[in-house]
Amino acid sequence: MAHETNQGAAKAAHVHPTGATYLKVAVILTLITIAEVWAYYIPVLVASPLFNPSLIIMSAVKFAIVVAFYMHLKYDHKLFRALFSGPLLVAFVTAMAFMFLFYKMKFWL
Amino acid sequence: MHHHHTTTGLDNRKVAIWAFIGSECMLFASLISTYLIYKGRSLVGPFPHEEWVNEAGRHFHAILDIPVTSASTFVLLMSSLTMVLALQAVQLRGTPLPADAGWWTRAQRSSQTWLLGTAMLGVTFLGFQAYEFTMFVHEGLTIRTNLFGSSFFTLTGFHGAHVTVGVLWLVTLLFIDRKRGLQGPADELSVDIAALYWHFVDVVWIAIFTLIYLIQ
Repeated sequence: MAHETNQGAAKAAHVHPTGATYLKVAVILTLITIAEVWAYYIPVLVASPLFNPSLIIMSAVKFAIVVAFYMHLKYDHKLFRALFSGPLLVAFVTAMAFMFLFYKMKFWL
Repeated sequence: MHHHHTTTGLDNRKVAIWAFIGSECMLFASLISTYLIYKGRSLVGPFPHEEWVNEAGRHFHAILDIPVTSASTFVLLMSSLTMVLALQAVQLRGTPLPADAGWWTRAQRSSQTWLLGTAMLGVTFLGFQAYEFTMFVHEGLTIRTNLFGSSFFTLTGFHGAHVTVGVLWLVTLLFIDRKRGLQGPADELSVDIAALYWHFVDVVWIAIFTLIYLIQ
């Protein structure tokens, strides 16, 4: 059993994307950042109720892409996913609780 | 170099860095939450997105400089690319290079180039931050001016300190690489751990850039 776990960990540690994939990820991150900054300078978009949620979604996508591909969490052992996702979830829920307490979620809308 | 066998089959140091990153998530979430709670509650300016005129009639512009911060954000994003290429270069060390390898294939093997590039991009980001802080102080915003200044400098200052630690870490790895070469599973793990830290600093900035700079 332990031997199987070792093999699984070793296999997971060696399955990584190629350099070309890393470059594609960088291009995607750059394009999303350009879209975010572009939106900031369009008054109609800024005034829209969808402005803040769309920025947060774009930011979350960038966050997830970096974590999945550059930090290899998509390919790595599930224990690492748990070690990262658990505290991140606690952090997110705590932050949301504060937003409800102090803003009644006006921040989102 | 011997391996540390554990019941999970995973190296303790990698487990530790992920646990550390998890705790850092909560630290930065608390700092970002503090900023957001204080957002819009400053009694005096300068303000992040709004103009302000003080009692003496002095006019203050919205203080956040989005073009400069966008450039620094791009720099930090690219540093994540160079960091992951540095790790790949160390992992590829020892595998034979094809005879018809092009410049890109050869470039991918140069860990020193990528480590140096990442460190330089990190220093560039810190330069942007130093410029921003200096401009803010020049404009009359310090950590003691208002709630915005207190929460902003604390949050971005903590992040800048993390980038500084990351740069020192990368320079140390670069020094080791130049001295004896980074190779083998133990060195791969050392670079992997440094890379995880560096990418985490990047993802924190992704959140800060949106929540502090772009959302008005």
